Amino acid sequence: MDFAPHTEEEIRAMLGALGLERLEDLYAHLDHELLNPKITLPPPMHEDAVLRHVEALAKKNQPGRVFLGGGVRDHFIPAIVDELASRGEFLTAYTPYQAEASQGILQAIFEYQTMIAELTGLDVANASLYDGASALAEGVLLALRATRRMRVAVDRRVHPEYRQVLRTYLDAVGATLVETEGDEVPDGAGAVVAQYPDFLGEVRDLAPRAEAAHAKGALFVVATDPLAVALLKPPGAFGADVAVGEGQPLGNPMQLGGPHFGFIAVRGKLLRQLPGRLAGLTTDHAGRRGFVLALSAREQHIRRAKAKSNITTNSQNMALRAAIALSALGPEGLKEMALATAANARRLYQLLLEAPGVRPLTRPPFFAEFALILSKNPEEVRRKLAERGFHGAYPIPEYGEHAALFAATERLTEDEIEAFARAFWEVV
Amino acid sequence: MSYCWPEGDFPLIFERAKEGRRGTRPPRVEADPEALFGPELLREAPPRLPEVSELEVVRHYTNLSRRQIGVNTTFYPLGSCTMKYNPRALEAAAARFSDLHPYQDPASFQGALALMYALGEYLKAITGMDAITLQPAAGAHGELTGMLVIRAYHKDRGELDQRRVVLVPDSAHGSNPATASMAGFEVREVPSDADGEVDLEALKRELGEHVAAIMLTNPNTLGLFERRILSLTEAAHAAGVQLYYDGANLNAIMGWVRPGDMGFDVVHLNLHKTFATPHGGGGPGAGPVGVKAHLAPYLPVPLVEKEGDRYRLDFDRPKSIGRVRSFFGNFGVLVRAYVYIRMLGLEGLKRAAALSVLNARYLKEKLKEKGFSVPFDGPTMHEFVAQPPAGLKALDLAKALLDKGFHPPTIYFPLIVKEALMIEPTETESKETLEAFAEALGEIAARGQEDPDWLAGAPYTTPVGRLDEVKANRKPVLTYPFD
Repeated sequence: MDFAPHTEEEIRAMLGALGLERLEDLYAHLDHELLNPKITLPPPMHEDAVLRHVEALAKKNQPGRVFLGGGVRDHFIPAIVDELASRGEFLTAYTPYQAEASQGILQAIFEYQTMIAELTGLDVANASLYDGASALAEGVLLALRATRRMRVAVDRRVHPEYRQVLRTYLDAVGATLVETEGDEVPDGAGAVVAQYPDFLGEVRDLAPRAEAAHAKGALFVVATDPLAVALLKPPGAFGADVAVGEGQPLGNPMQLGGPHFGFIAVRGKLLRQLPGRLAGLTTDHAGRRGFVLALSAREQHIRRAKAKSNITTNSQNMALRAAIALSALGPEGLKEMALATAANARRLYQLLLEAPGVRPLTRPPFFAEFALILSKNPEEVRRKLAERGFHGAYPIPEYGEHAALFAATERLTEDEIEAFARAFWEVV
Repeated sequence: MSYCWPEGDFPLIFERAKEGRRGTRPPRVEADPEALFGPELLREAPPRLPEVSELEVVRHYTNLSRRQIGVNTTFYPLGSCTMKYNPRALEAAAARFSDLHPYQDPASFQGALALMYALGEYLKAITGMDAITLQPAAGAHGELTGMLVIRAYHKDRGELDQRRVVLVPDSAHGSNPATASMAGFEVREVPSDADGEVDLEALKRELGEHVAAIMLTNPNTLGLFERRILSLTEAAHAAGVQLYYDGANLNAIMGWVRPGDMGFDVVHLNLHKTFATPHGGGGPGAGPVGVKAHLAPYLPVPLVEKEGDRYRLDFDRPKSIGRVRSFFGNFGVLVRAYVYIRMLGLEGLKRAAALSVLNARYLKEKLKEKGFSVPFDGPTMHEFVAQPPAGLKALDLAKALLDKGFHPPTIYFPLIVKEALMIEPTETESKETLEAFAEALGEIAARGQEDPDWLAGAPYTTPVGRLDEVKANRKPVLTYPFD
């Protein structure tokens, strides 16, 4: 099954037109010692058989009620998101280089950019990046380009995986990274980085941090949660110059961590430093409104070695899902979802703290995630919870012995939260 | 092509909104925001998201999709992009794994890990590599990962300070030099020879202890297989230079020859090209990176390992370059590629590759009959680069093709061919489609030569006519102006 439409007769005719006899002849000019290597792959499977096989693999997983966070959470996804985003016109298109035949995706990107700018409280957003972690790395590189500095101060409460990715990207260009706590900003930093709400869920006023960063000539880069900022003050309102984040909570399934999308938004003065695609408004010869990929002179296919980033394919279909979810929920729906998430998280926190020997690491106010110090190894707690049909207690040893991360979302019912708490009390 | 929208601008979702209108409602929990967060931390004004009904959202995006073409609607011979059919079985399979959280106990996603491990083994076998990471989220992300691995290797050997240069052919994808820069290297271009292959003598003159790596695509962007690849990689290795294989064009050769056997040390794959996962209008992709054994210690963490019949994530890799993405990469894309490989098997993959070459070669001959020339007309493989008859512009032809119901080829690339039309039909297109496409291009060229104004005015049947890019760039409007 190779999905090719050719009949044997057609293959013969086409080969004949080229003066060839067999398909092998198409490779006759290649080095013969390279040709036809021994490759072991399983035999081909019928569509029905392969889907049953995949079903059997999926049954070896144990999905359950999810009380985990860290950027990815189990949020409500309106049914129309799957239906609309998987339409073949969207799903099977390439990057919209040919604008006249790509108005659907280009307009959707333009609308998405507007929504991300609104959520973050900043002026302009790009069409999407890979994920929250690489978006942070791109945001920091942007800040270093703009300040022409090579030093980055990162709060220890930024997601550990985001810091790891950032370190990988910064090592490559020879920039240094220092980890910080609190509002102090080291001299010479081009970018000051914080997460809001932070990795442990806490929500703090970051205006003093923004002021401290600006006083030292640095840009303030904030990794944020696109759902939280429907309810909480957005980064633009407390002085962030760049906001980035993981978009999964908006309309995307958890899918073991991907594909999701990263977003990035900046103040207008930083526009020309943005990496990746941008959709811009224009008109055609008849004055009709239309959209094109704008400012592509920043990008790799034009600028090559001098591009702002090497990114080309990003996460357009995931960003489209977010735009559809945001349109369906609207400002009020999104705010309700954020509030329900925060309320459920607070309820869960209170119940879990009733267990003897469990201490809080996160202090209110917090949004969806919170961390606790358990009295035993969280690996074991996580495993025993999984055996009971719940996923929670992600071990975060960097933040203390027996530290574990939890989260709630609006999807959890009162009964489910209580059932999880009972299971937690049993195993902890 | 038919587009269903009456005269006038297609509304933006913000223009359909009405204050107070509600769409889909989320689960609700009664709570007081001030009690949870205090007054200071709360948002003052709500984000100006559209206020529309659920039906309006459905109509908006359904009608937007009708202003868009994809492989599902249209022949899409975009060079170097491998726009083959994306089987729906792949989508059905991916949906089976949507409810897994990346931080749940790995013992509770053994099925997913088994799939990732098996996919890694298949991709290693197909590319001839010893170790693999599935973490990179797209082709260019894989390139960055691969170049950082090479960087770490040289650093470990104490040679990074001297090896500052990365060589790329002048026919390379733009992402190659951009990646080399991002990985902290200087880029130097190597010319192509008269046949369109890398100028081997020029390349050999560039080699030395100052060179870290060579980035190559094979077949290259002219569709030509680098026939002296073994001499090339041998010369590079003798100078301590690592060989990077850009997998964008693997569709031409999968199963027939392997980058690993050609002497490449690093390979990235584009699962959203070669392995039939949909491109999504600009992603998601997946860009796994395979390496030879000497580079395995530097791959990103974590790697999926098998112990007996259990699978685990290996984070304990002290020489690793670190992470390039959160979690385990674009897992949903990996599921799709896995299913594609399982459905085709080795013989299916080889047949698909050969038919992609057959289609491209056949179309090339058809276009030559229509007066198009092929500047580097060697034994091209899955794609070729044509030039229109004298006086015609690639851009104009591309726009006119839209009126004929075809997506145009890649244009103005590679840079070494003027008015380039880079055409990759893929194996999933029929002989009739190829003939109709050649016919259409021939008609456009003939009419365009007689009536240049007509050609310069195309397209005529699309939802909008040719758009003013200068205006979009001069004073960029990138968000909806609410006021």
